[in-house]
Amino acid sequence: MNQAVQAAAPVAKRKPKETGVPDNKKYLHPTLAKNYGNWKYHDRPRPGVLHHVSHSGDEVWSVRAGTARQMDVYTIRKLCDIADKFAESRVRFTIRSNIEFIVSDEKKVAPLIAELEKNGFPVGGTGNSVTMIAHTQGWLHCDIPGTDASGVVKSLMDELYDEFRREEMPNRVHLSTSCCEINCGGQADLAIIVQHTKPPVINHDLVANVCERPTVVARCPVAAIRPAMVNGKPSLEIDEAKCMCCGACYPPCPPMQINDPENSKLAIWVGGKNSNARGKPTFMKMVASGLPNNAPRWPEVAEVVKNILHVYKEDARPWERMADWIDRIGWPRFFEKTGLPFTKYLIDDWRGSRANLNASTHIRF
Amino acid sequence: MAKKMHDTPNLDQLESGPWPSFVTGLKELAKEKDYVVDLLGQLEESYKTRKGYWKGGTVGVFGYGGGVIPRFTELKNADGTPKFKDAAEFHTLRVMPPPGMHYDTDTLRQFCDIWEKHGSGLIAFHGQSGDIMFQGATTDNVQKAFDEFNEMGFDLGGAGPAVRTSMSCVGAARCEQSCYDEAKAHRAVLNTFLDDIHRPSLPYKVKFKFSGCPNDCMNSIQRSDIAVIGTWRDNIRTDEALAKKWFVKHGMDELVNDVVSRCPTKTFQVKEIGKIKKGEHISSVAVSATHAVEINNQDCVRCMHCVNVMTGALAPGKDKGATVLVGGKSHLKIGGLMGTVVIPFMKLDSEEDVEKLVDFSQRHIDFFAENALEHERSGEMIERIGLSNYLDAMEVDVDPAMVNSPRMNPYVRTDGWEDEVAKINAKKQAA
Repeated sequence: MNQAVQAAAPVAKRKPKETGVPDNKKYLHPTLAKNYGNWKYHDRPRPGVLHHVSHSGDEVWSVRAGTARQMDVYTIRKLCDIADKFAESRVRFTIRSNIEFIVSDEKKVAPLIAELEKNGFPVGGTGNSVTMIAHTQGWLHCDIPGTDASGVVKSLMDELYDEFRREEMPNRVHLSTSCCEINCGGQADLAIIVQHTKPPVINHDLVANVCERPTVVARCPVAAIRPAMVNGKPSLEIDEAKCMCCGACYPPCPPMQINDPENSKLAIWVGGKNSNARGKPTFMKMVASGLPNNAPRWPEVAEVVKNILHVYKEDARPWERMADWIDRIGWPRFFEKTGLPFTKYLIDDWRGSRANLNASTHIRF
Repeated sequence: MAKKMHDTPNLDQLESGPWPSFVTGLKELAKEKDYVVDLLGQLEESYKTRKGYWKGGTVGVFGYGGGVIPRFTELKNADGTPKFKDAAEFHTLRVMPPPGMHYDTDTLRQFCDIWEKHGSGLIAFHGQSGDIMFQGATTDNVQKAFDEFNEMGFDLGGAGPAVRTSMSCVGAARCEQSCYDEAKAHRAVLNTFLDDIHRPSLPYKVKFKFSGCPNDCMNSIQRSDIAVIGTWRDNIRTDEALAKKWFVKHGMDELVNDVVSRCPTKTFQVKEIGKIKKGEHISSVAVSATHAVEINNQDCVRCMHCVNVMTGALAPGKDKGATVLVGGKSHLKIGGLMGTVVIPFMKLDSEEDVEKLVDFSQRHIDFFAENALEHERSGEMIERIGLSNYLDAMEVDVDPAMVNSPRMNPYVRTDGWEDEVAKINAKKQAA
């Protein structure tokens, strides 16, 4: 809906150079470039620092720091100053928007950490820490957000600051937030996702002009939308008994407003794991919902998140990710230990859901 | 100096606390830019009403059909004028990063200078698809900013029903677990599809992600249509010095409880040295004067757990390559799907090897363009037509590594069974 090839442009316009993905070789730290594909092992001398050793005998220390992801140019220049001073003018970013400075001299590690922390960049996010939250755009930039993203992340990371700077969890903890059910934040050990609870409210005056109606009908996962004439205008209507409030109709048809200040809630999901380590990758499962979208600090969400993480930290064994831990203790114990209510809405009834039911007498008492 | 700030009592609360604050960053920018003063005004309104106020539209750069995310304010006065007029247009440029997201500071400073001049001064490193997101430019300035980024050697990423920007892990640049040259594969594949990135004309988005080992740090299996995940075929390598060093530090309890008992196929054993088996498929290494570990690599699923715990003492083998999984996606429309194995193993060492991956990707996209329904992802298409039909189209032989188990129901027509058996036997004999 947002792009169209610009036709009939004046000849004078600059043609793009379709250069594609740039080569990363010239951006690599010199020791990384020299030892490309030749690394032997790594260890972690302290939280926030990775120490890699090459087969050539070369060593590098990578110091990882948290950022706000959405950064102003002044902050980025400050990070550049630090990289110029300590890290041979190179940095890299991780998938979770942490920044890494790489040094080939161990003596630079402590002063680099001091410089980062002095400037407000927490050093951590490695190993068994709670690392930075993968997140989305929210109210700052998205066209369909149920909540904010950067603000939720800022609020939660303030609460989880110590866990970011320590490595005290049983295994790494990846978090994500998503400001609608599309879940751009992705799978994580623990995720916070908007959960709408009421069908969209339709502005019938606008549908005919704004929405391609067959497209909208086709988008509905439960076939709850059908064309209708309302007040003499072509529009759409929803079978509200069928609608499960996913919001899939809203992007192609903004007059079907799904976001609601009161009824768009937040849900908590746990146990997503992308890695193949130990068990196969897993999707996360919904374990709580109905939390209020309480900007600017979302204290109710933070409370549930911290509680789950606390129980996991106390109860899981070394190397158990959230999913591995729950596999061992079972879901009844998970709900018992976290004190979260297991409601009927947590029983899957989507396609393939029978695979999620307990077809055995395996029950922990 | 910019105009006076709006009151932002909600956002102000996001300036306290130890984590870096994006609000503080925005306020710094707002000191010089009316644009950001009004952005903060609109964002505060969202915090107050708990509603979003951006809508899409049509904004792009000359020659491309995608890569810019247009945003126009919907927060209007009664007379239809924007309530925060200086931030009425707040478009984002998606720019593809170098693989592994490495930068030098000259490049970052140039980004900053360009974006300070033409945009809001707010940059996200990085968006969920992997783009550098230059957030906030007016319609007039989008082209100017792009021209300067493009002259630096950077190009727009994907948006809409297009091949999307990709991500690859730090990989060979700094990781001992890397099983192929992620950056090389990433560039070879993506740069083949520049037309499909820049001019959205597919049924829906197609995402590639490149992870160097089964730890899958790029989360490729659940968020890309084509996940290229490094693996190896031969035996796990061992290093006795590092194994002993590990054991001195961690001891028998950790070896048993954290490694042996967590091996998903129980192929990892600890034994007295005299009882260690020898054989073509056995990896073993002493951890002490009395004990050693033994791995039968034929039973190893390359999960990475023992290699992660005992990094250096254990390492991926030398016959490296990648597994390709197809069809990962998030919820919409039929529910979340993991990618599933389509190519159990392919080498990615030589140019010709990488070319085979490019060729597979090309055939996938051609088939997807022809056969997917509008707004249908690759995984949904394969679910609709069945994996066998997809494999036929891709000219990929079936392999039991593609399934968790053979079918559990008799609802299939098998009158071509003998022909299939004959084909398999013919291939076996030819091999």
